[in-house]
Amino acid sequence: MPSMNMVQALNSAMDVMLSRDSRVVVLGEDVGYFGGVFRVTDGLQKKHGAHRVLDTPIAEGGIVGAAVGMCVNGLRPVAEIQFADYIYPAYDQIVSEVARLRYRSAAAFTAPLTIRTPCGGGIRGGQTHSQSPEGVFAHVSGIKTVMPSNPYDAKGMLIAAIEDDDPVIFFEPKRVYNGPFDGEPDKPAQSWAGHPLAEVPEGYYTVPLGQAAIARSGEAITVVTYGTMVHVCAAAVEALGLDAEIVDIRSMMPLDIDTIAASVSKTGRCLIAHEATRFAGFGAELSASIQERCFWDLEAPIMRVAGWDTPYPHAFEWEYFPGKRRVMNALKQLMAEAT
Amino acid sequence: MAIDLGAQFAACWLMLWGMSAPRLHVPAVPARPGESPDFSYVRLSPAGAVHCLPIDAPVSATVPLAEELIRVLDDAHHAVGPWNPQLDPEVLRRGLRTMLQTRVFDDRMQRAQRQGRITFYVRSLGEEAVSVAAAMALSDRDMLFPSYRNQGLHLARGLTLVEMMSQLLSNTRDMCKGRQLPVMYHSTAHRLFSISGNLATQFPQAVGWAMAAAIKGESDIAAAWIGEGSTAAADFHHALTFAKVYKAPVVLNVVNNQWAISTFQGYAGGEQRSFAARGPGLGLAGLRIDGNDFLAVYAATRWGAERARQGHGATLIEHVSYRAGAHSTSDDPSRYRPRDEFHDWPLGDPIDRLKQHLIAIGEWDETRHATLLAELEEEVTAAWREAIAAGSLNEGPRLDPALMFEDVFKELPAHLREQRDALLAELANP
Repeated sequence: MPSMNMVQALNSAMDVMLSRDSRVVVLGEDVGYFGGVFRVTDGLQKKHGAHRVLDTPIAEGGIVGAAVGMCVNGLRPVAEIQFADYIYPAYDQIVSEVARLRYRSAAAFTAPLTIRTPCGGGIRGGQTHSQSPEGVFAHVSGIKTVMPSNPYDAKGMLIAAIEDDDPVIFFEPKRVYNGPFDGEPDKPAQSWAGHPLAEVPEGYYTVPLGQAAIARSGEAITVVTYGTMVHVCAAAVEALGLDAEIVDIRSMMPLDIDTIAASVSKTGRCLIAHEATRFAGFGAELSASIQERCFWDLEAPIMRVAGWDTPYPHAFEWEYFPGKRRVMNALKQLMAEAT
Repeated sequence: MAIDLGAQFAACWLMLWGMSAPRLHVPAVPARPGESPDFSYVRLSPAGAVHCLPIDAPVSATVPLAEELIRVLDDAHHAVGPWNPQLDPEVLRRGLRTMLQTRVFDDRMQRAQRQGRITFYVRSLGEEAVSVAAAMALSDRDMLFPSYRNQGLHLARGLTLVEMMSQLLSNTRDMCKGRQLPVMYHSTAHRLFSISGNLATQFPQAVGWAMAAAIKGESDIAAAWIGEGSTAAADFHHALTFAKVYKAPVVLNVVNNQWAISTFQGYAGGEQRSFAARGPGLGLAGLRIDGNDFLAVYAATRWGAERARQGHGATLIEHVSYRAGAHSTSDDPSRYRPRDEFHDWPLGDPIDRLKQHLIAIGEWDETRHATLLAELEEEVTAAWREAIAAGSLNEGPRLDPALMFEDVFKELPAHLREQRDALLAELANP
């Protein structure tokens, strides 16, 4: 089986779907001839043609609005927003149109659209290239919101998103495009080569949306996380030698609360970790949902590790990023809580 | 199967009418890597050929000015025609100096990024006249809303090299206190608005600033800059609509440097009509000018500024130029355009053109130019030494990480105070 990094896996997913389904088109800024600023669409225009892989004007609201129209006329667009930080001009189209079209028209019209967008920090991108806005989309009824953490899931979930009859916002944690990241910026960058989740089939397969994965099995504590933080949390758990279970939720909506709750009920302790800001972040929904199901099994209060509630600051990248040290401190504190 | 039936129906219908279905138009890029540069699509007018209008001319009268190309400097380096601003040679030398300073500064900061001293940089190579001439033609009280490639505005307004370098370094003298990517400068004292990393947002904001000046009855105007690629953004259209509705005293500049990262200006809609023509299209005066001609930029800016100041409304100026460098230090243009395109760019290099003009009128020579260049390089070197002494991300003194939590709100709220204290505890016990 070929080894792929996340960029190659995502590229392969679109290549497979452009080949299998003539309704699939790819559009976005710099995605065509150039192949995308992160190379995710590299070679797709050359192979599938300029009528199916479209460079667009710089207008995110236009990209999403036009994609809705394409959906209504029978296509399956995969729209790229170059950075998640640039998605807000499309917010009205996404919230008022994409998310509600099926509902308001009693399913007469639908928008089976996939919006791909790189998110997250750790690349010295400052406040306009580092944000994690998944929470503001998960909050909107009518769109699915997902974020894979490795190449295998990235390809399988992207194909599932393209085939899904509902709109999907597909967040790509760009810090792990080229390799897993354990939250220690001073160590040499790792590559995906040799990683079991970088073994990616060349052809078609799907990873269903709405299913969490147990990234690591354990009995002592449950860490509920997603995206880049799956790798940071794994490194923190290893460093402490903890028998922790790590649940990679992979999908915020639909949320696989059954898998998450089963794990927390088993371990009795829960840490929630994400890069996005803490206040009203997706961790708050996780914490509430877990508490509703697991209250009588909990041996300690649920804790959250998240980005500080500030814009993402350029100079303080690693003081801001919820890295290995911050996760370790939280784990230690949770394990010390009396039963 | 429904799709197939539909397609058959459409095919039958088209056959009946004797037509073929339109195919999606994909803007044709003139030249790709390995091909010869081709600028035959750039519509030029001879220097001095385009007529000038009184500043209170009706919008409709500017329609031809938005399609032709206003130029002052001719091929023999003389200033000709009705748009010649008749500037004193001392003003021209100041313009030359600031443009050259911008270029020397850009070169050095590009190298600093390559050496890992700063994380990111954006050069304005080939576009220096667009910013420097405009800043000089405006009043120092006018409010400027720059894009990320307008550093000539900052230098012309008198921001020091050390101030700008300190921002690039995110060091202890950084005006942004480490919160912004490099090149996102600001200065209240110099009336330079905070640069955003998001595109076109400053355009309607500049219009709002100008509306406020008119509400308050003040004669200051606003000016804003975006690239031609960003004219696709909704904020561009919001800006023009509000400027038209309220006759806002503002000069709106589109720098058409032909490239928006990898997509050429056809993808922003530049194929059939000029960008300047969007002005009259939405009810504003429009001027299409040679953006590499210092005198044309100066004259057009002064015309738009006076028109605004005297209550005749806003002007949209398209500066036809060429992005001679990469989009940013994260970009590699050799992947999508011929490597040597700038040599074939029909409007030349703005610095060289003003230099040759000064020489042609006997106000400059090669020796003075070489002396100026050496002086500017020394100035940049000295400024860098001073800026780096205030630290960088990798060495020397660093900003206090607690600053991260300030200015989110005017008063530090309780939850941020807790988060600040948690971070300080974390840093104290690594």
